[in-house]
Amino acid sequence: MIELSGIVMGYGQTPVLRGVDLALSTGSVTALIGPSGGGKSTLLRCVNLLGIPQAGSLTFAGGLAPALGDIEITFDVRARPHRDEILRVRRRTGMIFQAFNLFPHRTALRNVMEGLTTVFGWEEEKARARAIELLTKVGLEGKAEAYPAALSGGQQQRVAIARALAHSPELLLCDEPTSALDPELAAEVVETLRALAAEGVTMLMATHDLRLAASVAREVAFLDAGRIVESGPPQEIFARPREDRTRAFVSTLTDFVSDSMGI
Amino acid sequence: MHWLKIMLDSFWPFVTAGLIFTVPLSLLSFALGLGLGFLTALARLYGGRVLSSVARFYVWVIRGTPLLVQLFLIFYGLPNLGIVLDAFPAALIGFTLNMGAYTSEILRAAIASIPVGQWEAAFSIGMSWPQAMRRTILPQAARVATPPLANSFIGLVKDTSLAAAITVPELFQSAQRVAAATYEPLILYSEAALIYLMFSSVLSALQSRLEARLGRHLSPLETIR
Repeated sequence: MIELSGIVMGYGQTPVLRGVDLALSTGSVTALIGPSGGGKSTLLRCVNLLGIPQAGSLTFAGGLAPALGDIEITFDVRARPHRDEILRVRRRTGMIFQAFNLFPHRTALRNVMEGLTTVFGWEEEKARARAIELLTKVGLEGKAEAYPAALSGGQQQRVAIARALAHSPELLLCDEPTSALDPELAAEVVETLRALAAEGVTMLMATHDLRLAASVAREVAFLDAGRIVESGPPQEIFARPREDRTRAFVSTLTDFVSDSMGI
Repeated sequence: MHWLKIMLDSFWPFVTAGLIFTVPLSLLSFALGLGLGFLTALARLYGGRVLSSVARFYVWVIRGTPLLVQLFLIFYGLPNLGIVLDAFPAALIGFTLNMGAYTSEILRAAIASIPVGQWEAAFSIGMSWPQAMRRTILPQAARVATPPLANSFIGLVKDTSLAAAITVPELFQSAQRVAAATYEPLILYSEAALIYLMFSSVLSALQSRLEARLGRHLSPLETIR
């Protein structure tokens, strides 16, 4: 169980998150939807502390490996969390990015191995075996020796997924994972994420991709102006939103929804 | 064939002066200067107000004053403060300080040119700041920095001729000495120039190989030819 509560975060004088609560149970898949600037990406970054909230708290409890122990961080503008604590959180999460952000100077295989050897101190051979296993899972074992520049966008994102999963994170964060891809390539990535969801990987994703939100996520949260306006199963949020603001946003997507939800 | 004899007679002494003084002075001050430049670049980029001001001041002074004047200050000026240095160490300090200032700007730009997404990706897999710098940012920055660093290095090899003015018996000073004795300045300075050209050609060749190595991951479109 990973829990965020009362998360407040802003850049300079501009508040971006105004008190967000979110609980992610093990195996859950949650999509954050909402207008640009609503705080989706910022919220994702608060989970692995790429951004440090000004108030609120973050808890990792009952992890897959009990030996890791629980983490509980209470944020305070005056005191940044300790470096080791930040690293502990990051080593229990994985993240994929809109622009993939693969390491361009390393092959696909080395991208996936990098965290295992550099951060976790694995032996080269063990890390290589794990990386090949993951590349196989995302269907790219044949591209192990390719540099990112030689891969399509969809392939790069799948390598990025393998890299993010290498250290068996408790949570996979996906920041607009399909937004930089054409529909066909996006479909590869959606398919990969759907398979992971089916395996029980806990995920939190920010997305504008209705296919992703409607078909992979089991929970959707609508985020606007720094608050979660409403949340629920995708069918509810897309077909029967309770709040006017959600309805207005969702109605801009109605055509897509009626296709993918079969309404 | 009087001039040919002078050339042949002086060739090995010149090359030897180059190998004993010019080359070690260049290599050492480049290596030390690169280290100093890296620390200075870090101070400018991440050092907070005080450190970055110190770094900025250092670069401002060194870049804004002539290298020859700096060498004279170190070798002839410092003894007034009781600091007496041999010619070679004095030259080494001068060239290192100089390299440090110029390479710091190259490295600062190269590090800053790596997209922030690379830092985020490194952090997202659990790397600490030093790990991210060493494993992710520097290897990419090195490729960006190689051409301008090679420029500086080649410039340095030529600038070491200034050390002649503070009595280092390097290549150019040997040429001066023989020229004064034989009254053949045209021949001897041409010969010295040729030997400098030889040394810098080796560096240019090394630069090409290094660039190819550091850029092997790039697609043909991204490769600067």
